[in-house]
Amino acid sequence: MSALKIKKGATSHSAYNLRPNYSDTVERHTLAVLVENEPGVLARVIGLFSGRGYNIDSLTVAEVDHLGHRSRITIVTNGTPQIIEQIKAQLGRIVDVHKVNDLTVEGSSVERELALFKVSGKGENRIEAVRLADIFRANVVDSTLESFVFEITGTPEKIDAFAELMRPLGLQEIARTGVAALSRGAV
Amino acid sequence: MTKAMTGAKMVVQALIDQGVEVVFGYPGGAVLPIYDEIFQQNSITHVLVRHEQGAVHAAEGYARSTGKPGVALVTSGPGATNAVTGLTDALLDSIPLIVLTGQVPTFMIGSDAFQEADTVGITRPCTKHNWLIKETDKLAATLHEAFHVATSGRPGPVLIDIPKDVQFATGTYTEAKQVETHYNPQVKGDIDAITELVKAMETAKRPVFYTGGGVINSGPQASQLLRELVAATNFPITSTLMGLGCYPASGDNWLGMLGMHGLYEANMAMHDCDLMINIGARFDDRITGRLDAFSPGSKKAHIDIDASSINKVIHVDIPILGDVAHVLEDLLNVWKSRGRKTNQEGLSNWWDQINDWRAVKCLDFTQEGKIIKPQYALQRLEELTKKHDRYITTEVGQHQMWAAQYLGFEDPNRWMTSGGLGTMGYGFPASIGVQMAHPDALVINVAGEASWLMNMQELGTAMQFNLPVKQFILNNERLGMVRQWQQLLHGERYSSSWSESLPDFVKLAEAFGAKGIQCHDPDTLDDAIMEMITHDGPVLFDCLVEKHENCFPMIPSGKAHNEMLMGDASTDGAISGAGEALV
Repeated sequence: MSALKIKKGATSHSAYNLRPNYSDTVERHTLAVLVENEPGVLARVIGLFSGRGYNIDSLTVAEVDHLGHRSRITIVTNGTPQIIEQIKAQLGRIVDVHKVNDLTVEGSSVERELALFKVSGKGENRIEAVRLADIFRANVVDSTLESFVFEITGTPEKIDAFAELMRPLGLQEIARTGVAALSRGAV
Repeated sequence: MTKAMTGAKMVVQALIDQGVEVVFGYPGGAVLPIYDEIFQQNSITHVLVRHEQGAVHAAEGYARSTGKPGVALVTSGPGATNAVTGLTDALLDSIPLIVLTGQVPTFMIGSDAFQEADTVGITRPCTKHNWLIKETDKLAATLHEAFHVATSGRPGPVLIDIPKDVQFATGTYTEAKQVETHYNPQVKGDIDAITELVKAMETAKRPVFYTGGGVINSGPQASQLLRELVAATNFPITSTLMGLGCYPASGDNWLGMLGMHGLYEANMAMHDCDLMINIGARFDDRITGRLDAFSPGSKKAHIDIDASSINKVIHVDIPILGDVAHVLEDLLNVWKSRGRKTNQEGLSNWWDQINDWRAVKCLDFTQEGKIIKPQYALQRLEELTKKHDRYITTEVGQHQMWAAQYLGFEDPNRWMTSGGLGTMGYGFPASIGVQMAHPDALVINVAGEASWLMNMQELGTAMQFNLPVKQFILNNERLGMVRQWQQLLHGERYSSSWSESLPDFVKLAEAFGAKGIQCHDPDTLDDAIMEMITHDGPVLFDCLVEKHENCFPMIPSGKAHNEMLMGDASTDGAISGAGEALV
């Protein structure tokens, strides 16, 4: 009906939180934000989230079009439907932002994250770590006699699951890239 | 044809090309090359303020009273940090400003150099956009883009940080028409949504227009269309503090201002309406009061150019994203083409109800005895100045609310006040900016003595530039609004809300070479006001008023629109529960 895609039924609230029975459920959304690759643009986006009290679960940013001077920021956030709409509208009015896509509601999308795991151990644990890595299709990218570095790619849930399994086997460190996401199908 | 020139020259050239006539500023080490160029030209008048905060507020006053962007020029470091309050004020009230700051040379950035501050970092959350220029070749294009960004869409302040070596270096000047921008906010509203609103208007029994500063920002055409729409539909209209003047106070359908200190009839109409048409307002917490009791039975439409204002605090049924003037034009056309229908019977009953509320006469007060009531002072000021070509600015506090209640505004751009940020110290420098734009007009700053002292140094500016601004100070020797809240909420413990050791305002005026007038007697008030108006020069008018007057009506924090406190009400326990935590 209107130019604004505003979800019906989202209840209002204020920063003063005068509604004790606030019942809206918190949703997790993945936003793809195409921005002008200018100095300060990431600070603007992050400042918006911290200044207005929104959550960031994961954030990745990199230049995606050198000639067009464009970067893509992928943000995983959570909030009530009304907060999610606010976040998109607030992002949309940043001068350096070209486009905001909500991959969670605009059809289906694929999400991937890459992580590196450092696991140290000897004996059975070491063998078990390699066996599990094989099941998760993780690659060994560095090894010593007492340690491995595994590289794993997948959804954040898959990486979480791998981390849980590695923890008792001598997990030392994790480095995660954050989520990269694209909508499925043709543009 | 390409033109080579220094960065400093580009700044002045771009300002001239953008039609800038006045710049408010204060020099310093990092902007000396620009000041050198200003010295060597005659197109732009530079107004030397006495504090950078004053420069930005003056630019706001200039902008708000002309519809054109205001320009301020300040140095690096403390110059930039002093501008922050003005920038934030302009951001919250959507005032288009271009603020130019000097910066240490590019090769010294990050070294904690003398008068270095991370200006773009500090001002990122308090500007609509900002830029740090590292190459002189990009300076002119950025300056032109800055004017575009400040004035397009929802207006706001922008800042350009210009390192000193960029000002000295030579580059190629880019003309405004060569600049490409991707920033082009939508101005036309969705016609289906507009039609849906028209349908709601055709059947509404109890409609109300709730207008705001967006009407004024949209330009004189928007106010004109709004008047046409109100006259054609006979719907009642109220406005926020920021929107006063978009519909004439003398108009038949005018309910007065709404909100925390709004008129009874305006707030009651908002509470009981069945169709609320928000035009360029933003459901600010001063307006809505208690959210879960805000206009419970109404269908709500919202016309706003900023998508993030829609559904931010109040869920609306008919959102219309677009510029007020564009949307109102379409709205009128659709309404006319569908046969100019309204619900006559419903409207007639609605006006009967509204007239009952009006009969309460919520602004009535009694002036008796030998002490001037602040309301009386403003009533007399209104009576004696309303026929003049008049512009009003205010500071922040009780006097501001009384001014909004007791002064009438017939046209847009005549009322300059700090609404969103509530900046004490705004009004005096703003009046200087207004007077620069309208040298022959009567410019009055309605002030409280405490607010006025916050930027009193600008009396030097007013004297230097022969600006006959009238400072109408309602002096109650109190921080009146703070005192009122302490009375209502903090058991009458008046913590630090006295203005002790006040200056003698008449002598203070005279120390600057201005005229000072003091008045404490209601019987001589008219003559004193006339003396102020007729004096050709800045006047400091010290109006000694009743010290403990409270500002009513008042919707206490945490209450609904129909739970207003009136002038003679008991105020014990007026604010309680969740309301205590609010501001």
